[in-house]
Order: sequence, then structure tokens, then C-alpha cells
Amino acid sequence: MEAIYALAIGVLTGSGVWLLLRPRTFQVIVGLSLLSYAVNLFIFGMGRLLIGGAPIIETLSKADPALYDDPVPQALVLTAIVIGFATTALFLVVLLASRGLTGNDHVDGNGPEA
Amino acid sequence: MNSWIQHLPVLPVVIPLIAGAAMLLFVEAQRRERTIIAFVATLANLVVAGMLAYAAGGSIPDIWPEGIAVYLLGGWQAPFGIVLVVDRLSAVMLMLTSVLALTSLIYAQARWKKMGPHFQSLFQFLIMGVNGACLTGDLFNLFVFVEVLLAASYGLLLHGLGQPRVKAGLHYIAINLAGSFVFLIGVSLIYGVTGTLNMADLAARAPQLAHGDHVLFETGAAILGVAFLLKAGAWPLNFWLPGAYSAVAPPVAAVFSILTKVGIYALLRLGSLLSASSESGAPAPFNDGWLFGIGLITLILGTAGMLTAIQLQRLVAYSVIASAGTLLAALGLGGAAVKGAALFYLASSVLATGAFFMLSEMIVRTQQFGDNVPGRAELTGLEDSPHPDFSDEVVGIVIPAAMAFLGMSFLGCALLVAGLPPLSGFIGKLLILSATLDGASPGSVPVSVWMLWAAVLGSSLVGIVALSRMGLRLFWSSEEIVTPRLHLTEAAPVAALLALSVALAAGTGPVMDYLSLAGESLSSPQTYIDAVLINNAPSAASSGLERAGE
Repeated sequence: MEAIYALAIGVLTGSGVWLLLRPRTFQVIVGLSLLSYAVNLFIFGMGRLLIGGAPIIETLSKADPALYDDPVPQALVLTAIVIGFATTALFLVVLLASRGLTGNDHVDGNGPEA
Repeated sequence: MNSWIQHLPVLPVVIPLIAGAAMLLFVEAQRRERTIIAFVATLANLVVAGMLAYAAGGSIPDIWPEGIAVYLLGGWQAPFGIVLVVDRLSAVMLMLTSVLALTSLIYAQARWKKMGPHFQSLFQFLIMGVNGACLTGDLFNLFVFVEVLLAASYGLLLHGLGQPRVKAGLHYIAINLAGSFVFLIGVSLIYGVTGTLNMADLAARAPQLAHGDHVLFETGAAILGVAFLLKAGAWPLNFWLPGAYSAVAPPVAAVFSILTKVGIYALLRLGSLLSASSESGAPAPFNDGWLFGIGLITLILGTAGMLTAIQLQRLVAYSVIASAGTLLAALGLGGAAVKGAALFYLASSVLATGAFFMLSEMIVRTQQFGDNVPGRAELTGLEDSPHPDFSDEVVGIVIPAAMAFLGMSFLGCALLVAGLPPLSGFIGKLLILSATLDGASPGSVPVSVWMLWAAVLGSSLVGIVALSRMGLRLFWSSEEIVTPRLHLTEAAPVAALLALSVALAAGTGPVMDYLSLAGESLSSPQTYIDAVLINNAPSAASSGLERAGE
């Protein structure tokens, strides 16, 4: 599972960075989205990968920490998703404004086609 | 009395949050109500920051004996709950933010707040983000507050719209989003290795890591440092800065001049905590050698940029880069005395660039450039409601002798930015340079000190050349100078910031007493770590934890 997980993060990051460096605004925003997925997966991975583990520890009986999932990365991912999503949405608005003002979708506003 | 003083550290976050949200309850036409809220909140912020600075000096020993105020949100004990920490460094940042916020808010009243909706709310949220980032004691909340300030800054950057701003905003948002992702990668890597996000706890746990984990930890810290350097405007991560800062509305640019300092604050705070805990010093980007080199290059390129700038606001933006470079290089040399001096320079340069950004827009009004200056076209073509309050006319009293005021203020700002006597910019640089020599015995001064001397003095010289050339072009050799209609609400903030710089220069003694103690506490962060982790464990919470552990 670790290998597939790491591969997924790597592919997402690689594609994200490639798209981020493109001169077209739409490609930039798709690249940023891919990058944010990669980062969210990475945060999950930092909480250790565990299948079927519950995040809430039962304190009444003897609890083995090895059986439980770490809840903190899940909280972090939730926050990161909210913030990343909101700022990406804002970026989309700016992108549309730029498209409207310049008439093309080049990141510098001076693309070849009018 | 004591009970409400204990809640002081949370107020710099709560006040702007409530004020910004309350403004949204009024419709766009109710500008007077919004303005009243904005001023009440900003003044309250200034008062709270002043009280916190007083408390952080150790003046309220019965509550905060060491001068470090720790606020446990929800009463949860430090490594598990979220903490806000005020020490001298945080208090200085809070003071600077609130002073800058008040002056640029006054400046914005004349015309800029009318250029688009929700200016005042976004302004409050920006202040909330800056305050929170300077107060927070754990890494993830640092990320959250930095995002809050960035989200507000995206809105403010686009305030007034126009193609140059949208283009600059596109670049600014893209690079900061990428920077945020880098930040998150660093934070989560550190969490994965150490299992904690609290900065004090991190400093305590880092030395106990096994070798393999320690390498991962240093990698995480290095990635985090890249994100901070991006925010601080350090080379080679600062190419977004001149474009963004020269396109943005002047009162917003004035507040933006504190944003790069937030990056430097984060580097200082985390660097000081991490360096205490390991024998090998702080990890790479917080490390003395790295900061010094990066700072030196940033300083040189920022100064070169000042020389190449044609537009005044762009020149000031490059001077922000140059001041960031000076700070990074000075901090990179290490030593408690240098840190204190660097904090003085930080305060002086924030005030100077804040005043200069506001002034630059007023000076541009004297020129007949036509409509190619950002903000100019929108100002003349602004359509507003027929109500007298919302007319295109500037509010306030027209001040006489506008040109004399502009000239004198330009001179003052230029002296501050270039670092010439008698103003505080000169004293800041002088303090840094003399502090670097203090540690070394005569005859064996390290090469890095001479490099810093050469770079700082050289940048002052080049800065004078750039600024005097700009001054000559703007005031003396223009074909036709239009005497602008300046208003008291616009002139007063600039005058106030300049007066504050003079006061800073006059009161160097007491100010440096405060700041050098701040520098010393950064070099010996054990007090901070103890204050967060041990002293503030409330008995109820700790007994609850013991029960859970049984």
C-alpha cells in the first residue's frame, strides 16, 4: 500500500508542478488543484497508514495505540482542504477577471491570440 | 482586574474578527457605520497591543512573571491544546501592525475605501491574520493565520481592480498558493516525525529524535523555511514582490510592508527555538550561514532594483526587498546584540516603507503621466452615487503648501530608507553594524562582518543615488507640476509615521533597552519553552490528564 500511495503522491505532484509552470491560466489552476490533492494525501501519509483504524480511543478498557488512527492529521487535512479550496476558488475568479480584461488566457495577459 | 487582563493575548485576534464580521451586517451604503466600527476596532487594537507590550516587558509580574504571556485556548494544556504566546518579539510585531493599520486606515478614508466593496472588512481580516501569526504558539495555527492574512491580502490587492492589479494578483495568488502547499508539506513532515505541532514542544523533542528521524525532521524544517523565505521576500523567491506591491492601492501597500516581516518573524521565532535544542544549530534555512548568504544577495539585488525603478511605488517595493535582505543578513550573523539591533531596524523600516507607499501615491498626483499609472485611470473615471457622502470629491480639509509638505516628506522618507542621519533608518543600520563588531576582538573580525559592512554601506550609497535621482525627476525636472489637492486625512498619516520615526530615533535608548532584551530572549529560548510547557499547566486540566493516563 505504501508504494502505491507514494507513487500516487509523486505522480500528482509531478503533474501539478508541470502544469503550474505552463503559461496558460487554466493549466495553472488545474496544476494547483493537483498539487493540493498531493499535499492532502501527504498529510494523511504523515499520520501513518492504517486500514480500519478508528480515530477515537476508548479510555474505559485498555487501549492499544497501535490499533488506532491518529486523528490530528485528519483534522489538519480538513482545515487544509477548506483553505485550499477557498483560495483556489478565489484564484478562479481572478483568472476569469483576467480573461475578461485582457481577452486571452495567458498568465501575463499578452498571449498570441486576441 | 486580573481576570480580564489574563484574556488580553486573545484580543488582537478577536477584535478584528468581530469588527470585520460586524461590518458585513451593514449594506454597502452604510459607510459611516462601517467606518466607525473600523476606527473603534483599530484603536482598541492599538491599546491592547500597547498593554501587551507593557506586560511583555515584565511589568505585570503577578500574572506573567517572566514577561511571557501564555494564553491557553479552551483551557487545554499546552502541547495538546492551542496556545497563544506573547513575548517581547510578538509584542513589537503587534505594536507595529496596529500603528501601521491605524495610519493607513486614516489614509484610506480620503478616497481609497470607496474604490470597491468590503475594503474595511478585508482590512480587519488582514490585521487579524498578522496578529494571529505573531501570537500563535503552534505550527499549524501559524499556517491558518498566514492563510487568513493571505486570503485578505488577495482581496485587498485586487481592490480597485484594473488590469495591472489583476495581472499582479494572478501572479501573487499563484505563487502564494504554491508557497502554502510547501508550508503544509513541511508542517506535516515535522508532525509525522515528532508527533507534535507546538513550537515549544517541538524544540524540547527535536534533540531526542533518532538519527534517521532527525534527518527527516531537518528536511521538514528546511521545506518550512523555504515557505517562510518566500513570504519574507528573500532571493530567489521574491520576483513576485515588486509587481504586487507596486500595483496595489497605496494604503494597502502600506499595510503590506508588514507582511514580509511576518515571514522574517516566523524565521526568527522557529530558528531561535530550534537552534536551542540541537548541538548542530538550527536546520538549514534557519541556520546562520544560509540566512546570511541569502540575505546578502537579497540586499544587493533589492538595491540594484531600486536603481532600475522608474515608477516611485516600484522603487519603494524594491526598498522593501532591500530591507528584508539587510534583516536576513544581520540575523544570519547571529548573536543576541545583533538580533536586538535588527529588531530596531525592522521597526524603523516598516514605518518608513509604510509612510513612503502612502506618500508615493500623493507625489504621483503632481505628475502629468496620463493614465498609465495604476490607480490613476480608475480614480478619474469613478462613478458613484449622487449622495454627497459618496461623491468623487475627496473628504477632509485641503491642506495649504501641499508641495512643501510633499517635498519635505519625500526627503524624510528617502533619508529613512537610505539610512542617512539623523532619522531612525540611520540609527538602525548603525546599531546593526556596531553590534556585529562587538562580539569580535579587534584584529580578528570575521570576513562575513566585513561583507555585511560593505553590503549595507554600499546599499545606502546606491539607495541615495536612486532616491535623489527619483526626487530630481519628480520635483525639479518635470515639465509641468500640478499642485495636488492634498487633504488632512491623507497628509496626517504620513506625517504621523515620520514623526514616529523621529521619536524612535530620539528615544533610541529606552527602545533599545526593550529590544535588546527581546534579542537576548531569542538567543536563550528556554524561558519561552518553560513558560509554554510547564508554568501554565492549570491544575484542573493536568489532573484530568492524569486520570486519563491511569
